[in-house]
Amino acid sequence: MNYQAVKSIYVSEMMRAIRTITQSLISPVLSTSLYFVVFGTAIGSRMDAIDGVEYGLFIVPGLIMLSVLAQSISNASFGIYFPKFTGSIYEIHTAPISAIEILIGYVGAAASKSMFIGIVTLITANLFVPLHIEHPIAMFSFLILTCVGFSLFGFIIGLWAKNFEQLSLIPLLVITPLVFLGGSFYSISMLPPFWQNVSFFNPVVYLVSGFRWSFFGVGDMPISTSLIAIAIFIGICAAIITWTFRTGYKIKE
Amino acid sequence: MLKISNLTKSYDNGFTALKNIDLEVKSGEIFALLGPNGAGKTTLISIICGLVNPTSGSVKVGGFDILSDYRKARSLIGLVPQEISLKPFLTVINSVKFTRGLFGKKPDLKLMEDILRKLSLWDKRDDRTMTLSGGMKRRLLIAKALYHEPRILFLDEPTAGVDVELRKDMWNLVAQLKADGVTIILTTHYIEEAEAIADRVGIIRDGELLMVEDKATLVERLGKRQLTVQLIEPLTQMPDYLQGLDLVLDAATGDLIYTYEADGKRTGIANLFSTLSENGIIIGDVQSSQSSLEDIMIDMLGDNV
Repeated sequence: MNYQAVKSIYVSEMMRAIRTITQSLISPVLSTSLYFVVFGTAIGSRMDAIDGVEYGLFIVPGLIMLSVLAQSISNASFGIYFPKFTGSIYEIHTAPISAIEILIGYVGAAASKSMFIGIVTLITANLFVPLHIEHPIAMFSFLILTCVGFSLFGFIIGLWAKNFEQLSLIPLLVITPLVFLGGSFYSISMLPPFWQNVSFFNPVVYLVSGFRWSFFGVGDMPISTSLIAIAIFIGICAAIITWTFRTGYKIKE
Repeated sequence: MLKISNLTKSYDNGFTALKNIDLEVKSGEIFALLGPNGAGKTTLISIICGLVNPTSGSVKVGGFDILSDYRKARSLIGLVPQEISLKPFLTVINSVKFTRGLFGKKPDLKLMEDILRKLSLWDKRDDRTMTLSGGMKRRLLIAKALYHEPRILFLDEPTAGVDVELRKDMWNLVAQLKADGVTIILTTHYIEEAEAIADRVGIIRDGELLMVEDKATLVERLGKRQLTVQLIEPLTQMPDYLQGLDLVLDAATGDLIYTYEADGKRTGIANLFSTLSENGIIIGDVQSSQSSLEDIMIDMLGDNV
């Protein structure tokens, strides 16, 4: 294991995050605050409690997921795409470093950064609503798994993207709808039966449900189902990346 | 140090960039790969360094296969790419540290200072790479490749588009590295570069290695010599008795220019001189010159050079 190389990639990526710390922080704090003003206070005050949880509280796990998912994907995809764009990726290819080490460096850094943003979002939410986390360890575990899973997904986008348009297209066209239709702002049980069935194909539903369970002890589905779903998601992403590195597809000529 | 056997690279569209390349480069040698654009120089280097997957054949660096033993092979290799490819926001120091880290080595501040000073980058060490001039960026690419202490250094068109000063610095650096026992492989368009610094030269065209020769042997084997004979009384036209010899009359100076093979055997010079002497022509001066690698390349590759 070339630990020094992993450290080099990780540190270099984290330095990039530190350089842009202001915009990294302002964006989630501002959007979380806006969501709370609109959904939590303005609309939420007229809504009934869902599963016994007040609406302002109910949306907290979904909001955190929203920023964590977006951050994981954008950090990881940009992290690997940018060296491809500048051509400096040659350094990675010519170094005595394995695919798994490259992955740990880039995905580890992206996941760390989005984990940090997730915690900042959590703290911001706590300013608006009094939070009580029922299963803190499960909450953190879920957060870590989500950060890693979606950073892997972002890494795939970054590896495959040919230009900046493609880099922003998948998050825009796929992730945003999945997140909004993933039960961040409502319970799946509130949907008509047809749309409930459609929702079961949305991986974000399992994430938000499991994450919500760790906060309030209630979710749309059993916690074990959520865990299996995220394990499958991570497994699929890891398999795609392994295949990509093994064949050199989109990486080498 | 480098052993390439039967290396072929074909692309899905049917284009074959390299055809059955066989090449060995000894430790401490400076090898220049010459050829026109699209000949396969960069593809060859890219395969050795791990940027492009070979289709068939094998490459060993320091006895280690570049695919099955890639860690050991690559840890010996330094690459200075043709294109300027740098992360724009990193400082010079962080940029070189990053590369060394990728090679599994902890920072060596003394070595870093030494390399940056040699390449006139020390004063720019805290500048972001995007603020550097083109020449400085190229120096940085070299610094990055040297800082992880490679035993074999690949320079892909190292002096393309650089100023005279940098080119001279680069040649000096190559000489120093050679003295330290580093093997150097460079591709170049500049034939005088190969001529000035290489020990051996390979000529590649359309993915085929046409020949590999000691530089001196190549020049000697293929080169022609020219003898310029200045006369006390310049000629205005070629006399009959000189017809049939391989002679040209320089219309501007009135000198005779005699071309002969450089292999040193039966040059015909003695015959030329005695003919001139018999006809009362007095020689003022003689100059001989040997054809350069460039002339040889033009001979071999035609107008593609």
